Amino acid sequence: MTQARKTKTAIRPANGRLAMTAPSDLARLDAWEYAPAPEARDYLAIKPRYELFVGGRWQKPKSGRHFATINPATEETLAEVAQADAADVDRAVAAARTAYEKYWRRCPPAHRAKYLFRIARAIAERSRELAVLESVDGGKPIKEARDFDVPLAAQHFFYYAGWADKLEWAFPNTNPRPLGVAAQIIPWNFPLLMAAWKIAPALACGNTVVLKPAETTPLTALRLAEIIEQADLPPGVVNIITGAGATGAALAGHRGVDKVAFTGSTEVGKEIARACAGTGKRLTLELGGKAANIVFDDAPLEQAVEGIVNGIFFNQGHVCCAGSRLLVQESVHDVVAELLHRRMQTLRVGDPLDKNTDIGAINSAAQLSKIEELVRSGDDDGCSRFQTECDLPARGFWYRPTFFTGVSMSHRIAQEEIFGPVLSVLTFRTPDEAVEKANNTPYGLSAGVWTDKGSKNFKIASQLRAGVVWSNTFNKFDPSSPFGGYRESGFGREGGIHGLLPYIEARP
Amino acid sequence: MMTVDAVGLEERAADLAKRSIKKHAKIQGLRIAIGCIDLTTLEGKDTPGRVAQLCRKALTPDARDLSLPHVAAVCVYPSLVGTAKKALQGAEVKVASVATAFPSGQSSIAVKLEETKEAVADGADEIDMVIDRGAFHAGRYRDVRSEIEDVKRACGPAALKVILETGELGTYDNVRRASELAMEAGADFIKTSTGKIAPAATLPVALVMLHAARDFERRTGRRVGVKVAGGIRTAKQALQYLVIVKETCGDDWLSPAWFRIGASSLLNDILMQLWKERTGAYQSDEYFTKD
Amino acid sequence: MTSRVAVRKTLKLYIAGAFVRSESGRTIAVRGADESVNVALASRKDVRDAVRAARGAWPAWRDRSAYNRGQILYRLAEMMESRRAQLIDACRAAGLTARVSEKDVDEAIDATCWYAGLSDKIEQIFSTKNPVSGPHFNVSTPESTGVVGVVAPNARGIAGLIAAVVPPLCGGNAVVCLASDADPFGAVALAESAATSDFPAGVLNILTGRRSATAPHLAAHMDVNALGLWDCASQERRELDIAASANVKRVAGYGAADRSVAQMRNPYHVVDFLEIKTTWHPAGL
Repeated sequence: MTQARKTKTAIRPANGRLAMTAPSDLARLDAWEYAPAPEARDYLAIKPRYELFVGGRWQKPKSGRHFATINPATEETLAEVAQADAADVDRAVAAARTAYEKYWRRCPPAHRAKYLFRIARAIAERSRELAVLESVDGGKPIKEARDFDVPLAAQHFFYYAGWADKLEWAFPNTNPRPLGVAAQIIPWNFPLLMAAWKIAPALACGNTVVLKPAETTPLTALRLAEIIEQADLPPGVVNIITGAGATGAALAGHRGVDKVAFTGSTEVGKEIARACAGTGKRLTLELGGKAANIVFDDAPLEQAVEGIVNGIFFNQGHVCCAGSRLLVQESVHDVVAELLHRRMQTLRVGDPLDKNTDIGAINSAAQLSKIEELVRSGDDDGCSRFQTECDLPARGFWYRPTFFTGVSMSHRIAQEEIFGPVLSVLTFRTPDEAVEKANNTPYGLSAGVWTDKGSKNFKIASQLRAGVVWSNTFNKFDPSSPFGGYRESGFGREGGIHGLLPYIEARP
Repeated sequence: MMTVDAVGLEERAADLAKRSIKKHAKIQGLRIAIGCIDLTTLEGKDTPGRVAQLCRKALTPDARDLSLPHVAAVCVYPSLVGTAKKALQGAEVKVASVATAFPSGQSSIAVKLEETKEAVADGADEIDMVIDRGAFHAGRYRDVRSEIEDVKRACGPAALKVILETGELGTYDNVRRASELAMEAGADFIKTSTGKIAPAATLPVALVMLHAARDFERRTGRRVGVKVAGGIRTAKQALQYLVIVKETCGDDWLSPAWFRIGASSLLNDILMQLWKERTGAYQSDEYFTKD
Repeated sequence: MTSRVAVRKTLKLYIAGAFVRSESGRTIAVRGADESVNVALASRKDVRDAVRAARGAWPAWRDRSAYNRGQILYRLAEMMESRRAQLIDACRAAGLTARVSEKDVDEAIDATCWYAGLSDKIEQIFSTKNPVSGPHFNVSTPESTGVVGVVAPNARGIAGLIAAVVPPLCGGNAVVCLASDADPFGAVALAESAATSDFPAGVLNILTGRRSATAPHLAAHMDVNALGLWDCASQERRELDIAASANVKRVAGYGAADRSVAQMRNPYHVVDFLEIKTTWHPAGL
């Protein structure tokens, strides 16, 4: 057998600084290329126009106005959805209030449980349809929508169904009661899953809901409305209204609402907090993050690199808890950077409906230009940028997986949330320094720790100021596991027993 | 030595197994897989007749499609090397022989070396040895390594594949350790299993070994191949292993020079899949000869 | 001569996911709704086989996620719901009135649903992270005890049987249940629902017959970890407790009050068959 050529270890980044193994060194002789493996979408039955789902009926918006939702991978228009204005918000809140007073607050908890079980089952039964719709409306790879978003959404409904008639076991010695009408505003990065995270616990506790999906990703929430219809949920218990920022503001600010739950940017979260000021409304916020993913020299490095890749490139980096700052122990920086660069070459960017695609489309033109602006700042600040070399489709919004080395805490790309497939790599020397850098941010949503040493894992986890700490793993979610942030990443938890708290009144 | 997190490793292997290989990529992949097979018979009841017939199959897997590649090698017990060599005379299909008290390895070093030399003298192109798992678990790594070095010397011109018997090693860390030991001792291939116990080859185990081989090449400049064996019966599994090789080490590893699959019934399942791609109909194994 | 001749069913034991006759070959005739029915009479060897099946099935059942076990219990509720008419008939065959039978079956289905939803919450309700003094991470969590022997209530109907077998199953245990002498019909109807509910073979085993013949062997069996004893008179209970002590079985006793509607929604009926494990780990560099 012949000897292979020694592979070079010189580094050469995309913006002309330093050097690393060039992809061309990993020579592709007689390459085995994967054929397209497209998921079918012809059975999706997307209507040309959707109205508002209020009081158990599909109702036209008062203004008669609609707006388009597009497929960010192709820029084709998928459908028109209703533009809800203040009058529509009024109607929706009123419908939710009526349903609450007349039926839902009196509904035996075991019945609430059974409705939620039905919804969970229906999501599972229609999971392929929902996954394809999610991918087409939001740009995420079908592999992720199919294997992560949709199953977890079903699981969320299933889990909270089980709590509906057991609240006295979650909160012993209290008389747990619902709050009333909950206003829920969700983002575009996990549209169906966020809808599940909001609706399931609210209903389990006996509240009714008005939910506004993000303007770029309304379709799976509207399909969920159809599932809710199919489940014969009493009318008005769940209302779904579509619209943009103004609709959300009107909903959060509505006087007829008892509880507001918001997931989105920190900036808008602060506006909502101001709008709720002095009203006595209960509020939970799940906002942005700039999570540190800490890799020690005694980490299982191959798996740590998988965790880094998953942490920042999963869902194109459109994740509030993304591991966007890699804090790597200086002694293993070069090894990790090289492993990472090599590993990134096998990430497939392209048609989200191709079952082999790893990185889908950026959700919108607006988000793409935000990413580009921050990447430019990284270049301007003198950091070394590495990007995979891959072809991008002609239409649609795309960004290649990217990482910067030579980053320090004072660079914008180490402080501001990019919300894209862009990783900033910083180094540290000692565990104390790692913890200090990790906590040195106004955010506090999540963090990762990679070390083979168990005691170090527990110690570091106890010192990190973050609502979710992933040790030797990343981006793990479960309906039984509470999720939420410290400080400017928000307050309140979703998932687990703690996820019920925001939706009940436990005081005597 | 790099430690391995089992949960993370198994997740990565499961992710790679999800790749969807269709149409021309599937056909190309299956043809590559055929070319990487070590067609194997290792039974107490093997006879010259049996081996000679297997060698015919190795040369011409499918009489209805002569465009298919031949397999990489035929793998037999030492007593049948002569028969295989004769049956494959002039062909490019290699003769691989197990040796060193396969499958248990529980014999003296003298016996193991003698067996190796006899097999090579009879014409074996490749020797598949087993490591001393008893010594490994007792922590006598130096003994494990020096035994491999001795067998490598006894191989002479023949190539050495070192079977780690990963199913007996217990942890992925041990698989990594055994892989590095074998490569440092001069192995030309590291191999997962004897196929005589379960578990045999698995995707996560192969992934660890490919990581180790890739890193070894990076460190030393010498490339050692990887062979997966035992329990690989379906074309789908074969394609999954090819994906792992491709995405871990690169396309140039997708050749019998660097990757082998020890199997027997796999070959016919691949042929059935190729016929399905050709005709659009699901196949029956009655239409494919066992040898 | 034009009326139809019915196909009669033999009521068999449910062991390792299959319906089998007693290894003794014996049956007992029981009066049903319209006819006399032959019911398998479980022997001590059937108990032995059932325990072996349960032990074999337990590790995989225990290792499934709590969510998955909850899904399977929910599936049992679905199957019972779709067989509601058959279950009601079984209750009536045992001698209950139509009205009582309907109430009993609805109660059984709803309780199953309740425990399905409890499956992935038990650990949250009954675990603690303990604030030990010193730099240690210390956590206590429940886990299933193993094979649970259940002597079902002396009642007729299905609800009592559900109250007896679903809580240990919910906790991740494998169950060998001795059905009530009074009602083999409900037991077999439940077994048929379970057999179509994605339960792995051997997780639930139901033996019909006379509990006086089988309960002592179940109680003495060295590979059974716990017993749930319903409606045992004090002398019977004493004898079973003595037999159980041979391998320090956990024994829980229940009576009629424990199958009230409220008590059929009691997480402590699950806790009765759970062990608590506490682990320590240093938290330091």
